[in-house]
Amino acid sequence: MSLSLTAPTQARESAPADREVFLPRSGQRHSLLGTLRERLRWPLGIYTTPVVLLIVWEVLARAGAVSATYAPAPTSIVSTAHRLWVQGVLGPDLAISLRRAAIGLAIGLTIGVVAGIVGGLLRSGEYLFNGVVQVLNTIPLLAILPLMIVWFGIDELTKVLLISFGAGVPMYLNLFSAIRGVDQRLIEMARTTGAGTARLITRVLVPGALPGFLVGLRFSLAYSVLGLVAAETVNADKGLGFLITQGQTYLQTDQVFVGLAVYSILGLFADQFVRILERVLLRWRPSYEAS
Amino acid sequence: MSTTLQEPAPRAAAGVVADQVVRRFGDRVVLDGLDLTIGRDELVVLLGPSGCGKSTLLRLLAGLDRPDGGRVEVPSRRAIVFQNDRLLPWQKVLRNVTLGLRGPDAERRALAALREVSLEERASAWPKQLSGGEAQRVSLARALVSEPELVLLDEPFAALDAITRLRMHDLVRELRHRHQASMLLVTHDVDEAIALADRILVMSHGRIGTEHSIRLSAGERDASVAREELRSALLADLGLANQH
Repeated sequence: MSLSLTAPTQARESAPADREVFLPRSGQRHSLLGTLRERLRWPLGIYTTPVVLLIVWEVLARAGAVSATYAPAPTSIVSTAHRLWVQGVLGPDLAISLRRAAIGLAIGLTIGVVAGIVGGLLRSGEYLFNGVVQVLNTIPLLAILPLMIVWFGIDELTKVLLISFGAGVPMYLNLFSAIRGVDQRLIEMARTTGAGTARLITRVLVPGALPGFLVGLRFSLAYSVLGLVAAETVNADKGLGFLITQGQTYLQTDQVFVGLAVYSILGLFADQFVRILERVLLRWRPSYEAS
Repeated sequence: MSTTLQEPAPRAAAGVVADQVVRRFGDRVVLDGLDLTIGRDELVVLLGPSGCGKSTLLRLLAGLDRPDGGRVEVPSRRAIVFQNDRLLPWQKVLRNVTLGLRGPDAERRALAALREVSLEERASAWPKQLSGGEAQRVSLARALVSEPELVLLDEPFAALDAITRLRMHDLVRELRHRHQASMLLVTHDVDEAIALADRILVMSHGRIGTEHSIRLSAGERDASVAREELRSALLADLGLANQH
């Protein structure tokens, strides 16, 4: 990655212009200065750009270039978050939102996983579920909200069901195609060894579908947050969505930003969670280094 | 899943009996009334250019495919070694070998099979950590661990380098002493056929074209006048007489 054409290495082994010389990476380039420069270039890895943006935002806000009504400075958002927490608003709201997400996810993932496995393993299961889910998949999550309200009222049930809908559909679709996508040659091989159907499922199909399952899980978590946001903006009297709606009503932009920040942190945590699962469960993959 | 036909008097002396086997794919007749008998403990090599129906025949014998005509009779205990190792990448080596085994001593038997291919110490490795030759040895162990009466080998060493392939030939010869099984090895490598076979069959036009019984010692198989004569005869059978 780092520049290999720096002068010192070339100087040692003076080669003709049409030749290339490759030397071990050790030596000068790993000097203190080099490491420091490497560190300084991307000090926070992938989070460097977000942090830089935050700093620019802060500077602009302090300089008065953007009005606090539109975009309050990051520091003032943090202090608002702190204030809301101390006032006992943010904590309970967050807890309520998390509870909704957890129940919705539990329902949606259960249905999605069970239907996905049945549909993936059995032809009749495919015929039973696939058509319905394909149709459901074409309906935007937000578009069914009005119908849900008519059917289930404006209480918790609608919110939870919207989240589980958002989580269940991608889980089914990904798990189904993951099971169907397991290498046919491996299934054939397993049959020739005399392994029964139970062995075939537990040792070949389920572990083989695991990568697809994790992709589904990632989508499910993302869509469930989406469902959470949508559900909570309608007739909520508590929860993060309520916090945001309230902030909007009273033109408390910093409060809106607090809600957004919490949502994005939830999303980051969900993503990180799946990453850890992948690292543990997919060690066998050639792309993952053995450790 | 194996629909072994129940015949009143099966020819018990033979490991494999195929009678007038026909297999078509659309209009193309791949196997056209093929007859094949493999004795117990016999290693038969099936030689032929690619696309001549070798693998089709092997799949029929394995029970992975059904004939369109004729009759195939094979032992119910059989195993296949495929061209690619076909190891489950998500299972460690030992679990790959125990895949078809039942019972409490499955692991012990799998370890014994791995010892036979000198890979006992790699039992807890992931398949991705194995070299090509090691992976193919594991798949050999997986095939032999169930003590099959028939072992089908579908160009098992084609993807290996020349040196590894020679080692694998030694290994196959060694394993034959320990396991009493009929073996059918499909290959397009004439030297491999000479190195291993009791009998070499050359396929042509969907049937067994010519047949050579090999009665050479190990040394003679490596280098002898008889070997060279056999080799040119086989090349002639394959229609490659002028090219060597």
